[in-house]
Amino acid sequence: MNKRQFLKGLILFFPAGGLTGVLASPVRGKETSGADKGTEASGAKTTQPQSTGAYDPERHNYGMGIEIDKCIGCSRCVEACKAENNVPQEPFFFRTWIERYVITKDREVTVESINVKSRGTRELAQDDREILRSFFVPKLCNQCAHPPCVQVCPVGATFSTKDGVVLVDANRCIGCRYCVQACPYAARYLHPETKTADKCTFCYHRVVKGLLPACVEVCPTQARVFGDLKSKASRLVRLMRMNKIHVLKPSLNTDPKVYYAQLDGEVR
Amino acid sequence: MRIPEQIQRLAIVTAVIIGGVLLVRFVLIPRSLISDDLHRASTVQRELAKPIKFAGSTACQDCHEDVSSRVRKGYHKNLSCEGCHGPEARHAENPMEVKPFAPRDRKFCPLCHGYDPSRPTGFPQINPTAHNPIKPCITCHNPHDPVPLTAPQECSACHAQIQRTKAVSSHALLQCTTCHSVPAQHKKTPRSAWPSKPDTRAFCGGCHGKEATPKDAPKIDMSTHGGRFLCWQCHYPHLPEGRG
Repeated sequence: MNKRQFLKGLILFFPAGGLTGVLASPVRGKETSGADKGTEASGAKTTQPQSTGAYDPERHNYGMGIEIDKCIGCSRCVEACKAENNVPQEPFFFRTWIERYVITKDREVTVESINVKSRGTRELAQDDREILRSFFVPKLCNQCAHPPCVQVCPVGATFSTKDGVVLVDANRCIGCRYCVQACPYAARYLHPETKTADKCTFCYHRVVKGLLPACVEVCPTQARVFGDLKSKASRLVRLMRMNKIHVLKPSLNTDPKVYYAQLDGEVR
Repeated sequence: MRIPEQIQRLAIVTAVIIGGVLLVRFVLIPRSLISDDLHRASTVQRELAKPIKFAGSTACQDCHEDVSSRVRKGYHKNLSCEGCHGPEARHAENPMEVKPFAPRDRKFCPLCHGYDPSRPTGFPQINPTAHNPIKPCITCHNPHDPVPLTAPQECSACHAQIQRTKAVSSHALLQCTTCHSVPAQHKKTPRSAWPSKPDTRAFCGGCHGKEATPKDAPKIDMSTHGGRFLCWQCHYPHLPEGRG
């Protein structure tokens, strides 16, 4: 073999190797992407009924209202949420939780989540008489219109739906916890079994079918109100018409969609 | 003109690379990985496929007409059935085989009705250790139509927070009825008949005015003290020394 033949062979060899590689990879690629194809197909199949009628996400924008004066801190919502959404029972995984604020006469503010302790041990450290005011604040994902968690996700696993709910794609989530850090409301946690980020979805599987979120369904005092901001007559719109409304951390410009009535200035 | 051979070879290599990239981009990588719309749609579908555990109160009404109509008339009218009975979608689908949960335990009712200073004033609360110990709540109260068994003798049965506040104030020895007149109906259905409240400055002046008889009450000159304001705009009658 002389030099000319060698170079000719080289020019043919590399593209040929590339081609065989490409021809080999479809077989392998088909195998691995089979599952993805399946979800894609089912996705395409099931998006059709959405466009043909029943539920149009463009026509809704969900929000929640919370009346602080009505909350009795019974934690029915927290337990209902855990039952409905398979949130781990350990007392440090919550999609929603209740905080107790105690403001004493020397203006000292104590905040504690009443759900973290075991049930039945709700003893106050302070004497009743030292309390200036005290109340419960239910907390959950604020379903922000400008969500910081969506901005920081490196793989695009979390996103806002057209009806205003922030969802997590558990198949895409790599469990890096950026979103857990970024959420100013501490509404996210890493699910210990799936090792992916998990958060309140407003019970998306329920509201799309016309049911209330589980926490709103069981709230005995109607402290939680769920509704559609795009509807002219919803319980939420009425609550916002009849009350002075505040949101948590408005200075962060996250534009939260959980609206608090009678919120105390000490609440963060 | 003849294209030089090396240019032809270069063109082949370039075409193969471009073709390969296009093949990978449009054929081999699944569309759900590239298109945000598709992967979001599949997430939404997965979310929608999650099972519903709480059937909702309307589902209960379909069969339990009698109970739900009774509940709708009582104090628990705004409660959801599943708030106490737990998630019962499985019972709604299969009423015969899956029986619903019913809390009969004394621990359950105080979750809402145990005294807690953080609860809103006026919400009916009891002290679970002092209130008929050991007996389950349902021996006296029907949870589907709860009423106090007998009209409570003490105002503090419901107004515990006010009673505790007043007990440490200089008004501790005053009866509630000194200032409030309470219609009998208020003890049975509290919200249908309200007790009266003093509505004039002269009422407080009855003890605290210069010429008033009680010797140990602090005296003020009603004509100059407080101007046009009513007494309880500055002093909280249940804890008069508490402000200022």
